[in-house]
Amino acid sequence: MMQIECPWCGRRDEEEFTCGGEAHIQRPPDPQQNSDAEWAAYLFDRINPKGVHLERWCHTYGCRQWFNVARHTVNHNILAVYRMGAAVPADSVGVAVDEVSA
Amino acid sequence: MNNDVNSRVQGEAAQNPLRRLGTGHRVDTSESITFTFDGKTYTGCAGDTLASALLANGVRRVGRSFKLHRPRGLLSAGREEPNALVQLEGEGFGEPNARATLVPLYKGLKARGQNAWPSVERDMLGVLGLFQRLFPASFYYKSLMWPSWHFYEGLVRRLAGLGKVPRAADAQQYHKRNLHCEVLIVGGGAAGLAAALAAGAGGLRVVLMDDQEELGGSLLGENRVIGGSSSTAWIAQAVAKLRAQEGVTLLPRTSVIGYYEHNFLVGVERVCNHLGPGADLQQPRERLWRVRAKQVVLATGAIERPLVFADNDRPGIMLASAVQTYLNRYGVAAGRRVVLVTNNDSVYRVALDLHDLGVTVVAVVDSRRDPVGPYQQAVRDRQIPLLTGRMVRQVRGRRQVRAVRLAAHLGGGQLGESRESLACDVVAMSGGWTPSIHLYSQAGGSLDFNEHSACFVPASCAQAVRVAGAANGEFQLQGCLAEGYRSGAAAARAAGAGANVEPSAPSCDDWPQTPLEPYWYTGNAATEKQWLDFQYDVKVSDIELARRENFISVEHVKRYTTNGMSVDQGKTSNVNALAVMAALSGRKIPAVGTTRFRPPYHPATIGTFVGRDLGESYAPRLELPAHSWHLAQGAWMEDMGWQRPQCYLRAGEDFEAAVRREAVAVRRSVGMFDGSPLGKIEVKGPDAARFLNRIYINNAVSLKVNAGRYGLMCNENGVVIDDGVFVRLADDHFMVHTTSGGATRIHRWLEEWLQCEWLDLQVLVNNVTTQWANVTVSGPNARQVLQALDSDIDFDAAAFPHMQFRSGTVNGVEARILRASFTGEASYEISVPARYGLALWEAVYAAGETFDITPYGVESLMVLRTEKGYLHVGADTDGTTNPLDLGWGVPIGKKQDDFIGRRSLARANDTRKDRLQFVGIEAVDPRLPLPVGGHVVSCASPAVPAPTQGYLTSACLSPALEKSIGLGLVSRGRERLGEQVYIYADGNTTAAKIVSPTHFDAKGERLNG
Repeated sequence: MMQIECPWCGRRDEEEFTCGGEAHIQRPPDPQQNSDAEWAAYLFDRINPKGVHLERWCHTYGCRQWFNVARHTVNHNILAVYRMGAAVPADSVGVAVDEVSA
Repeated sequence: MNNDVNSRVQGEAAQNPLRRLGTGHRVDTSESITFTFDGKTYTGCAGDTLASALLANGVRRVGRSFKLHRPRGLLSAGREEPNALVQLEGEGFGEPNARATLVPLYKGLKARGQNAWPSVERDMLGVLGLFQRLFPASFYYKSLMWPSWHFYEGLVRRLAGLGKVPRAADAQQYHKRNLHCEVLIVGGGAAGLAAALAAGAGGLRVVLMDDQEELGGSLLGENRVIGGSSSTAWIAQAVAKLRAQEGVTLLPRTSVIGYYEHNFLVGVERVCNHLGPGADLQQPRERLWRVRAKQVVLATGAIERPLVFADNDRPGIMLASAVQTYLNRYGVAAGRRVVLVTNNDSVYRVALDLHDLGVTVVAVVDSRRDPVGPYQQAVRDRQIPLLTGRMVRQVRGRRQVRAVRLAAHLGGGQLGESRESLACDVVAMSGGWTPSIHLYSQAGGSLDFNEHSACFVPASCAQAVRVAGAANGEFQLQGCLAEGYRSGAAAARAAGAGANVEPSAPSCDDWPQTPLEPYWYTGNAATEKQWLDFQYDVKVSDIELARRENFISVEHVKRYTTNGMSVDQGKTSNVNALAVMAALSGRKIPAVGTTRFRPPYHPATIGTFVGRDLGESYAPRLELPAHSWHLAQGAWMEDMGWQRPQCYLRAGEDFEAAVRREAVAVRRSVGMFDGSPLGKIEVKGPDAARFLNRIYINNAVSLKVNAGRYGLMCNENGVVIDDGVFVRLADDHFMVHTTSGGATRIHRWLEEWLQCEWLDLQVLVNNVTTQWANVTVSGPNARQVLQALDSDIDFDAAAFPHMQFRSGTVNGVEARILRASFTGEASYEISVPARYGLALWEAVYAAGETFDITPYGVESLMVLRTEKGYLHVGADTDGTTNPLDLGWGVPIGKKQDDFIGRRSLARANDTRKDRLQFVGIEAVDPRLPLPVGGHVVSCASPAVPAPTQGYLTSACLSPALEKSIGLGLVSRGRERLGEQVYIYADGNTTAAKIVSPTHFDAKGERLNG
């Protein structure tokens, strides 16, 4: 069971949180203009990296706030925690891109 | 001295079946303990395990094998035991699959052998062993196919099996505790104690968990010299020092079973399980420790591997380390004439210990051609015959070993000409050692294959963990102590201890070892007789079969042969099986790889995980503000998240009669319903209307203040997830009503969109469900009841019509009143702050007395809404239902704006003509109830399996219509109104007709009363 640093509450056990899957999936601004394939990609296509994964978590049984986490899927190390709307921290992006392309 | 002991042992043996030797052991022979096994009474002593006591009583057969019912004796003395699984006690203290090697003896202990009838000694099913060729790997799948596996399942389950789950409720409790520490040490043997001594000196919180009854690990079964004194004395000193050390916690009898992310480990402590029915019932039976450690030291030891030769499963053939442990720790000689068979040096000390305590060592048989070293010399010095370059070809004795016939070992598991035949009653074998790397592997650690010791050892791990001693592939005591001290000190430093002086390991009596030479199995002997997994009866021939059938992956072979899948999880069999796979496929062992190690390392009772979350403590009961009133009026309560009245029983009335009476009363005059659980979420802010317009498929922007609108919510896949009436309280303020079960879920749903997607919207949401109590007044006389209340609201039908909202006061209390209906009758949903809930209920009841107001429950409401065809999301919809299926195509077409899920409704699949559509169903015979869940079919006696055309989602006998009606999801349903169909359930069909869902008051005139 991981420990996650909630940006508002501090470090807590994983069982207080729920994982919302991959982060930074932008809802299309005008879905009616999307083809079925584009819409399906938004709905279903998710990366499954062996490496750093940017994902969103909610402190469901705490402050109920959502935030983003950069987590390594092999060793579960958490490289960064950052707020919704904030840019991806530079150091975790580098790792993420490398690992994903590798 | 040897002669003394020898003659004493032989003298005792002649008169007394007890083979308890008089020296050195750690049991208290002055305290005898009576116990029963398979109905027979025996005596053991304090400090015994059930296994050592059985062995001391000469019980050689302790179980029957899983599949073939072969008689089996003790193989080991520890947690790896595959054979001696017993059913302990009964009733509230029952426990199946207890390993006799781990059960400490207590007064009156009762145990039975498993998978045998009537007893292990006289198992009628032992005859199965004669037909073993008929039961190869996977024979279930291949042989038991006609007519179906289920036809045979009952029989097979009786033939092959382990213990029985106790039927009685557990007599004891289980607890859970959290534990935080700087250093957790797993394992209390030489390496673990050394690590604790080093780490404990740093003044940190150090916890040591060990699964045995007492600390000391495998050292408890050995006679070694550490720092000039006996190993027993060293253990005692170490434990005493640790007990006195502040910050150090010792937890014996605690098995660490799981190693998870971020150094979270789980241990199971047997708090008083080891006392049996004599336990203090105030104490928990077991305790689950949830440990978060900054640093972990794994000193989990190693498990000896069996040698693989023909009939290596006969009772009396044991691991050499077990023979040594029974001898030194329990003072029990496993036999009178012992043959030791090995491919490495570790059995030589066993030979010396046996010999020195007067047990006849017939010979040491070594598969290596010519091992030369101090061990071999020591054996020769005592005139113990040493037969090298040999292996066991044949075992004599079916019910227990009587002799072994040796053959020359030509190398690589090939045997040459027959050699000596040795009469014996015990064969002590060693095929080398397997480090217990399970926890390390669970932690994410990678493994290397150590060719020198022919075993997998830890390589690297991202977690803060160190491995010390035999678990790390270090099999010499000196090295174990040194690694223990080093790891403990390093862990303490890493966890923040000061630069304490690293104690150096005391010296001990190690001798240099001659390298092991693998002997994996006998290549030129019948492989269907060579056992790998004793617990699941997996033999070398089963791996050969898997190989012939082209199973290559180790994970597939494991599942096909079931090797390593029993309760011992292959502790003694995995590496041998890997080696056989490697040999058969011409690969090296590391190329075959290991199967994945998963928790639990050791079986744990379900009770441990349940802890106290049981019965009344399982979850808090949510009670309505008027709970006491409901109970006093005969409410039939059910837990629906909240404790809710289903109906109110009057004297002499049954459930159906009460529901019918209540439903009739609502249609005839007026009823009152406790709607407090109805989901209430306030949505407020300048962008509230824009936000809800994206959430609902309906238009939220056009809604006027003080008006309500029925709305449906979809997920992005276009599937309906909730419904309810939303109300505009002010320009920037809405009240969203959700289904009673959906309040929390929808609140989270709204938050997720606001926090993750639409950060630009200025909206706050708040779940106020429990803040407001609600009384819903419904029926033709509802308005008159409201008018009888003291209120500043004008209830005149013209002033306050259907789907309008008013706020004001009722009997002096702030109130919010919505005219919305789930019954089809004129309804007023009155909400007041929850603390006035009971008072409001009583006030409405008093005001309604003139009209014979009738409280009605959820079940009655379900009848009323089914008559009206009102949707119940989750009952009348499933995980595929979209708004088009519910007939909402036209309103959606009129809405200009996007909403969640809208794009999905344009996909070809979402507009398919044959989708399941929401319709009404009516039974042809009005007296026959329709079965909810029944499938819609075309003929009265379909040949099942038949294609289904949909299913019935709700049903009731309608009091208002005197009909049997229902709702359902039916393929092309809306274009089939009037068509006759049949509802199929449990082999019967009921004739029915597809109709409009609105069975009652199709024009909705009653709503406006």
